[in-house]
Amino acid sequence: MSLWHFLQTFGPRLLDGTLVTVEQFFLAAVVAVAIAVAAGLMKLSRNLALKGVAVIYIEIFRGTSLLVQLYWIFFVLPLFGITLPKFAAGFMAVGMNLGAYGAELVRGAIQAVPRGQWEAAYALSMSPARRMRRIILPQALLIMLPPWGNLLIELLKGTALVALISVTDLMFQSKQINASTYLSAQSFGAALVIYYILARFLLTPAMRWLETTLRRRQERS
Amino acid sequence: MGFHWRWDFTWQILPRLLDATLNTLAAAGIGYGIALVLGLVFALAQRTPYRMLTVSVREAVEFVRSTPLVLQIFFFFYVGPQMGLRLSPWVSGMIAIGLHYASYLSEVYRGGLEAVPKGQWEAATALNLSTRDTYARIIIPQALPPALAGMGNYLVGIFKDTPMLSVIGVAELMHTANSIGSENYRYLEPYTLVGLIFLLISLPTAGLIRLFECWVRRKLGMR
Repeated sequence: MSLWHFLQTFGPRLLDGTLVTVEQFFLAAVVAVAIAVAAGLMKLSRNLALKGVAVIYIEIFRGTSLLVQLYWIFFVLPLFGITLPKFAAGFMAVGMNLGAYGAELVRGAIQAVPRGQWEAAYALSMSPARRMRRIILPQALLIMLPPWGNLLIELLKGTALVALISVTDLMFQSKQINASTYLSAQSFGAALVIYYILARFLLTPAMRWLETTLRRRQERS
Repeated sequence: MGFHWRWDFTWQILPRLLDATLNTLAAAGIGYGIALVLGLVFALAQRTPYRMLTVSVREAVEFVRSTPLVLQIFFFFYVGPQMGLRLSPWVSGMIAIGLHYASYLSEVYRGGLEAVPKGQWEAATALNLSTRDTYARIIIPQALPPALAGMGNYLVGIFKDTPMLSVIGVAELMHTANSIGSENYRYLEPYTLVGLIFLLISLPTAGLIRLFECWVRRKLGMR
């Protein structure tokens, strides 16, 4: 079967899978960002309980594998009375895992904001919450955007694992096509190329655009 | 079924899981060995004067780095037979994971190599050292310490990625936990134990790597 014929026959299925992958990516990214900000701030908190929770969360999720976490959330969590459908279990696991890595980026970026900025906000007698929101976080955001670009590529790659709990994403479709046609090079190759296009030609430029836009806006104000 | 931890079941399956842990460690070790060597080849290939070679290696590294490892594992496992070359799960798994981490490590090496001051190259040229001697005796020893942190992180990283090898039937921890789970219809103990084993190995390893890094830096008179 020629490559052209292969794409004509299975293109729509691969495209369906790609859409599911993109959905998983966005939902997992939202979860990851929310957890990263929360855990990153908690780790900097002076409250020992908050700090402890963040440290334990980060170490557990960074110390074990994403696949172990995914299976645990999907197969074991129902025993505790929390049953997630596979689609939700998929993006939750990916988001929670990458969120732990993101928390360290958030913490590092906040600590990298120059001391003078903290002192100036203090001198203007801003409340701690207002200081964080108006002065520190916007500057930390610019510092951590480039490493977040890399992390989001890891997140996109991580979503491929949800195929193993039968979420019908790109990886899943290519596996199915391979199982029914034995055209392994074509089906897995096509999926690899699609992941590459998503990462290199959509995600990376989007992050770069976000970075320049934010930088320009902050310089203006 | 409900949440009810069974200790007798735990003791019964623990030996099997610990046995599989050895396979996981072996997979991580072999994969890392391949990645260390192949990564250096990729990094050095990008510094040769042949433009065709540098550009194609650069693109290949970029491609491998931005696509999912689990898909690459499937690719190597299934594409071999299609071309008439049967690879065992272990061999194709090691190729896939070694290649994936080689692309990561090549970036780490590249960063280290680029951090070596230009004067070192000029001094080596002035002393009439061959390219081989320049790399082996002057450049690589200096490029290594700044690269150590990244190399250590990827050692832990490759260890945590070995569960993906279970998808093609490499009998490592995850694969063993899956079979125990489906044989006994109990997933609580095997999956939780696998998580604990990973935690108990990766956290101390990460700590040891930090210590090793400090030790190397001090040995070489750096801070």
